[in-house]
Amino acid sequence: MALMLQLRDWWEERFGKDLFSFLMHKQVPRHRHTIWYYLGGMTLFLFLVQVVTGILLLLYYRPSPTEAFESVQFIMTKVQFGWLIRGIHSWSANLLIFTAMVHMFSTFFLKAYRKPRELTWISGCALFFLFLGFGFSGYLLPWNELAFFATKVGTQMMAAVPVIGKWLLTFFRGGEEVTGATLTRFFGFHVAIFPLLTTMLLGAHLFLVQYFGMSTPISVEQAHKDKPVPTYAFLPNFLLRDIMGWYIALGLLAALAAIFPWELGVKADPFAATPAGIKPEWYFLFLFQTLKLIPGRVVFIEGEQFGVLAFGLGAAMWMLVPFLDRKKEGPLRRLPAVIGGVIVAYIIVMTIWAWRS
Amino acid sequence: MRRLLSSFVVLLAATSIAGAQQATARPPVDNCRTCHAQLDDRLGEPAKQFADDIHATRGITCASCHGGDPGEEDMAKSMSRAKGYRGVPTRKEIPQLCAKCHADGAFMRAYNPSLRTDQLSQYQTSIHGKRLAGGDTRVAVCSDCHGIHKIRPASSPLSSVHPQQIPNTCGRCHGDAAYMKPYKIPTDQLAGYKTSVHFEKLSGGDLAAPTCVTCHGNHGATPPGVTSVERVCGTCHVFQEQLFDRSPHKAAWAPLKMSSCLTCHGNHAIQHTSDVMVGAGKGSICMTCHSESDNGGKTAGRISVALTGLDKLLGEAAAVLDSAERKGMEVGEARVTLSTAREKLIKARVDLHTMDGAHVEETSKSGEKLSQQANQEGVQALAEYAFRRKGLALSLLAIAFVVVCLWLLIRNLERTSAGEEAGRSPTS
Repeated sequence: MALMLQLRDWWEERFGKDLFSFLMHKQVPRHRHTIWYYLGGMTLFLFLVQVVTGILLLLYYRPSPTEAFESVQFIMTKVQFGWLIRGIHSWSANLLIFTAMVHMFSTFFLKAYRKPRELTWISGCALFFLFLGFGFSGYLLPWNELAFFATKVGTQMMAAVPVIGKWLLTFFRGGEEVTGATLTRFFGFHVAIFPLLTTMLLGAHLFLVQYFGMSTPISVEQAHKDKPVPTYAFLPNFLLRDIMGWYIALGLLAALAAIFPWELGVKADPFAATPAGIKPEWYFLFLFQTLKLIPGRVVFIEGEQFGVLAFGLGAAMWMLVPFLDRKKEGPLRRLPAVIGGVIVAYIIVMTIWAWRS
Repeated sequence: MRRLLSSFVVLLAATSIAGAQQATARPPVDNCRTCHAQLDDRLGEPAKQFADDIHATRGITCASCHGGDPGEEDMAKSMSRAKGYRGVPTRKEIPQLCAKCHADGAFMRAYNPSLRTDQLSQYQTSIHGKRLAGGDTRVAVCSDCHGIHKIRPASSPLSSVHPQQIPNTCGRCHGDAAYMKPYKIPTDQLAGYKTSVHFEKLSGGDLAAPTCVTCHGNHGATPPGVTSVERVCGTCHVFQEQLFDRSPHKAAWAPLKMSSCLTCHGNHAIQHTSDVMVGAGKGSICMTCHSESDNGGKTAGRISVALTGLDKLLGEAAAVLDSAERKGMEVGEARVTLSTAREKLIKARVDLHTMDGAHVEETSKSGEKLSQQANQEGVQALAEYAFRRKGLALSLLAIAFVVVCLWLLIRNLERTSAGEEAGRSPTS
């Protein structure tokens, strides 16, 4: 404690009292929905796990079609605790997307995107899409059969984007087909471009969260109309609970990596026939299933093109929710929650359908 | 204007030439089929069948084989001797009739440059051809195997000479005891073949699997002789043949007129090989001629021990790797090692054709070493799995301890601050 006080004095001598005093006096609302506040911190923790394990994997990984699979195999069998690092990286990637998804939907249902937090919502959505990009690009890197063909199917969907589809396909694949050029390209996205964008967006998102503080749900505000909503200190009460959650997440990751080691499968063979039952990662399953169900032609455009356009439009509207949800009173005020409920149900049903089919 | 006019003339001429070429490309008039298609049974059926025949699709008409004038509408004139009508060829005439085109390289090149044109000369060397020349018209001629009016290319699964159809095509005569009675040769070849490993592969879709013609030839079909069949097996089983030639059996069997491959493996009903075929145990073929105590029997015993020993080690290693893999351990490299060891077993099984115990043992020993290596890697993977479990348990305990401490710390902090707040409260 004495060391902490010394450090605080050292900091305040140079930069003033603003930061420490801000953190020491920061309060977090305490109510029956407080649990949802922890999901952002959990996502941040899992992202940091990804950064650390990703850097460690980089020490041995080689991004070329002749060496990628073998280097991951080497990491898993020969490098001391390499299996654990790779296992945690793979499991953490999935948990990260799960917690980010739950964090995003909880923010949506609690209407935490309301003024003045529009930019917090937009930056959060952009971060979620970036995490999906991380997942998609990282999936190919072990260069195994499943990843190779899933990437082939996944990138093929890009061709359905109107006007620039063909260009997008060639740009992401580094040619007409999924080859070594695609692998190096995806590697570049995964370890350089996406981390750079994420760091910038995450910085902005965290700044906005700290600047505006936690949003109090409307129902809680109404319940405490005449008196202030109870709070507790960010430091140490909230942060200690956060750290407790992170420890539990760490234990869960270790257990998953040890009990269910992430499979490597067999090396990709570009000349082999596409194996039956190729599916993308679970978080893309609802998209995959929807595109499968859309008929070959919808009105005047191709089915796949229609699906890609619809999802693109849906994602854009999702990001603009703070500007679309303006009704504070009246029967329409519950409409966003109903739409959100339908979206969640749709994602769950489609994911289960695709998983079982 | 003059330039425009000349262009028009050139265009007109080009159109006329194209039209003329189109006219010559039209299929020739075939009144034979037009009339016969309206008839029933014996006279009508050939015309109907011929529609799908490879020859009809390439513009060959009835007259090409039967003579006559297909352009003539009058039946009497079109089928007159004056027009070259020869009617139904006799069985003896058929090979020559087919060869009129099929032995003409220049003619066949226009249709299929890769098709052989030596069928007739081959046929004349065959037992079928020789007997036909001797006046036996019951032997196979071209149409018996290829069909008459619905001939299809051999690549077509509907063709009677498609690899998967050949056993039944040959068996139509060779499996008919009554028909083959005058020739005094066995008629169980088809039944035997249908129990064989070769037929199993063929019916499973492997068109490279041997059929009757692979060993006996097709157009130049000859009955099997001791030397010919051993040469035939060696065209596919190259190493087995080469190694057998180095074995003591080669010299010992020749004077006894014992066939090299057939003695142990049989001919038509060739079964899957197994390690029990070697050695002194039940099912051993070696014991047909040898006893356990003679030199041959001892060598067979050594070979048997080497093969079964390696096979057992491979099974054990595979079980360990399966177990490790089921637990999610990465054993890809060990699988490669095991696969190399399995190749050694295959090689040892081939090597046994030398009947050299030391040679087989040398191969099996290298396989055993690799099996043990793969087994060891599997055992290490299982040990690593157990280590991970223990490590996980310890880590979870440490994490649980920290979580409990944090929880107690939070509770303590909040109780203290609640107490302080209560102390500051004006009601207290």
